[in-house]
Amino acid sequence: MPILEVENLSVSFKKYTRGFKQTKSTVITSLDVTVEAGEILAVVGASGSGKSLLAHAILGILPSNAITSGVIKYGGEELTPARQSVLSGKELALIPQSVNYLDPLMRVGSQVRTSVKKENAIAAQREVFQRYHLNAGVEKMYPFQLSGGMARRTLLATAMVSGARVIIADEPTPGLDSVVIVEALNHLKESAVNGCAVMLITHDIESALQVADRIAVFYAGTTVEISPVEHFNGNGEQLRHPYSKALWRALPQNDFIPIKGSQPRPSQLPSGCLFAPRCEMATPDCEQERPAMRNLRNGMVRCIHAT
Amino acid sequence: MKSIRMATLLVAICFISFLLIKNSPIDPIQAYIGADMLNVGSEQREKIAEYWGLNEPIMVQFFNWGSALLAGDMGTSMIYRQPVSEVIGERFVHSVVLMLTAWIFSGVIGFTMGVVAAMKRDTWIDRSMKWYCYMLASTPTFWMGLLVLIVFAVWLGWFPIGLGVPAGVLAKDVTTVDQLKHLILPAMTLSIVGVGNVALHTRQKLIDVLGSEYILFARARGEWGFILFWRHGLRNIVIPALTLQFAAFSELFGGAVLTEQVFSYPGLGQATVEAGLRGDVPLLLGLVLFSTMFVFGGNLIADLIYRLLDPRMREGRSR
Amino acid sequence: MMPTLTLLNKKQRALIVTILAIVFLMIVIVIGVVLDKESISTNLKHRNASPTFEHPFGTDWLGRDMFSRTFMGISLSIGVGLIGAFGSTLIATILGVISATMGKTADRIVSWLIDLFLSVPHLVTLILIAFTFGGGFKGIVIGIALTHWPSLARIIRAEVMQIRSAEFVQISRKMGKSSWWIATKHIFPHILPQILVGFMLLFPHAILHEAAVTFLGLGLSPHEPAIGIILSESMKYLSAGMWWLAFFPGLCLLFIVRTFDMLGENIRILMDINIDHK
Repeated sequence: MPILEVENLSVSFKKYTRGFKQTKSTVITSLDVTVEAGEILAVVGASGSGKSLLAHAILGILPSNAITSGVIKYGGEELTPARQSVLSGKELALIPQSVNYLDPLMRVGSQVRTSVKKENAIAAQREVFQRYHLNAGVEKMYPFQLSGGMARRTLLATAMVSGARVIIADEPTPGLDSVVIVEALNHLKESAVNGCAVMLITHDIESALQVADRIAVFYAGTTVEISPVEHFNGNGEQLRHPYSKALWRALPQNDFIPIKGSQPRPSQLPSGCLFAPRCEMATPDCEQERPAMRNLRNGMVRCIHAT
Repeated sequence: MKSIRMATLLVAICFISFLLIKNSPIDPIQAYIGADMLNVGSEQREKIAEYWGLNEPIMVQFFNWGSALLAGDMGTSMIYRQPVSEVIGERFVHSVVLMLTAWIFSGVIGFTMGVVAAMKRDTWIDRSMKWYCYMLASTPTFWMGLLVLIVFAVWLGWFPIGLGVPAGVLAKDVTTVDQLKHLILPAMTLSIVGVGNVALHTRQKLIDVLGSEYILFARARGEWGFILFWRHGLRNIVIPALTLQFAAFSELFGGAVLTEQVFSYPGLGQATVEAGLRGDVPLLLGLVLFSTMFVFGGNLIADLIYRLLDPRMREGRSR
Repeated sequence: MMPTLTLLNKKQRALIVTILAIVFLMIVIVIGVVLDKESISTNLKHRNASPTFEHPFGTDWLGRDMFSRTFMGISLSIGVGLIGAFGSTLIATILGVISATMGKTADRIVSWLIDLFLSVPHLVTLILIAFTFGGGFKGIVIGIALTHWPSLARIIRAEVMQIRSAEFVQISRKMGKSSWWIATKHIFPHILPQILVGFMLLFPHAILHEAAVTFLGLGLSPHEPAIGIILSESMKYLSAGMWWLAFFPGLCLLFIVRTFDMLGENIRILMDINIDHK
């Protein structure tokens, strides 16, 4: 049974635009995804497609003007705001994007200690620092003094020290050199091997392919496909959704063909399939209604034409 | 670099204020003699002008004044017939008690108000706090003083109506209790009007902090409410608030001028007004310089606080 | 929240507040202008009267109607504030544009000037300038104009610099348009809303400072019906319990200043300007 399930999640915001109009923009549209203990699920999609909000929705830290619908379940039970406030930081942990997520005026050692839920925080913090090769001086440093790699390991440490069973890593690799990226990904793999469920949210397909067990392809606020990582090979014949195939072929080591057009803006979503305006396989049927997620060849897809 | 800039500013302020005052149509001799002007012949007038050095070319007068100033002599006040430095010294003692009291009260109360409003954002508490602060920003300080005077001194009769010390009592017989009694109302006025700025600033700062990524992450780790504020909010808003309070010495001084006038409190502000009204040139110049130094002092402390307390400034350099 | 409020968004609310504020201010100014000068003539029969229907703000020790005096004073204060704020805006615009366009040295000089005016407490500068001009209308207007420009000058400087580096201006320059053409076609239209809002937000400060300096006795002459004069005269009579002499004029001043402040804020919201004017 999956430890974390997201069913039909939608997130939207009220916004003021030019003039006197108020509009609602939907950033996540009926999104479905599941994660099991011991696996890494990568959520892959273009930058700025609202992937981070998925993490925020799971942890219950969306801004107050967000309107959500759908169900998030943890351990088979619905994750209500009340449960979220109990479980966040204990069972569910976030690895944030950058060092900006650390309090600039607090020594990093103390910050890591605040995540420790058992007794003897100092010992736990020192142990985790040792595990991630952060030397003793680091705990007395302020976030601005950390190098990119040190910051990354510190953020990882805050999640690991909490003993959480679900780890959500939000863009853990941007701006890092390749050695540090490999290191960061290995740490994630390690915690999955130790029985954690890891959700890796990233725009970097290549790193996702290195460590993930399954890949969820994220487009315009929804998951269009969930596929085992092995299906990302060759010309992408085994992939189900036209967008995933195009994404795969756009990689430099493959055909390096960019996808035409751009993602629809959250305030101007098409009424039918979200990918239809850019899809080569699109037919009038695609514009009728949003396709539902269906099982297909050991994966899932949101496309009426997929085989 | 910064000290050079300060020095040029000080010299310029000396020079400009000197020029301005010398160009005033208010005749210092007449101001000095006052109602007896009719009894003074032109010969006597000449003598007085000579005594004060008023006949020399203006640049010579400036250099005389400037060199005396550098030697620590600010001249003699015409209305108090006392060296300016002594007048300022005496008055400053009174003013500093008043300003310090108001500074601390307005700082602490304003900061607390700002924190509460930001933590309860968009509730009625926040809204009424904001309303109150905006009203305060539009309230004339001296009118607030008059209201306080009407309510506490006239209607309730709890406090004396004016003067720093009771009238008709010798200076050495004035007790601390008397002084305190005369201090409370002006200090209260100055505290009330000083609250708005700190409160609004702190509120905005804390709202910014609460919207920051590190607060988001702290919430993702299960922190909320008071713990969240105590761990991450407070430390990030205290330094800006302190800096703001120190950098607001200019407004504090302005407020003191007005409240001292309302309550006839014998401080620097009242002396400034007296000097302006009665044409006491040396005293007015001395007070302009002194108030400038006071503002500089505040800015300097604000700067130092940043350097000492903010680790990004403190430890950033040592790396 | 009330349902009527939620139906309107921020901008619609700003528009309504702006219109109400303008109407309110117009009424006040009109009252101040059309009031009969007779009503503030000495009337020894009605001396020291507390507020009644006939004299809503009471009368003073000479039997003058405080309502009329207050509104005449307010009109006078608005007038002085208007001229002072206008002068200040003019200085701010000129210095702001100079420091943004005339090179490093000019920029440094302007920033030094700003520091110069910020290092002496406002009120002390005002007293000094009022003293220089021997008090009266001229002194107070010049004083206000000279003390309120620094923050607006900084905003205009930043705005002009930003527009100068903007792409469309760079392109115009490459196309060989003259500096004058760029200044009038690109820069000026962009900073105009800033200047207007800056002016509106200076206004309440100018009025408050005018009243303060006049209250101290260094501003408008005691023969004018200024609010500062009314309040400073009232001090002699407060201990006799004549609270209305100070209460109503001050309250009206507060409302006027607050209304101008709100007007400035709401115009800023309507014009989508997001720079902090403090």
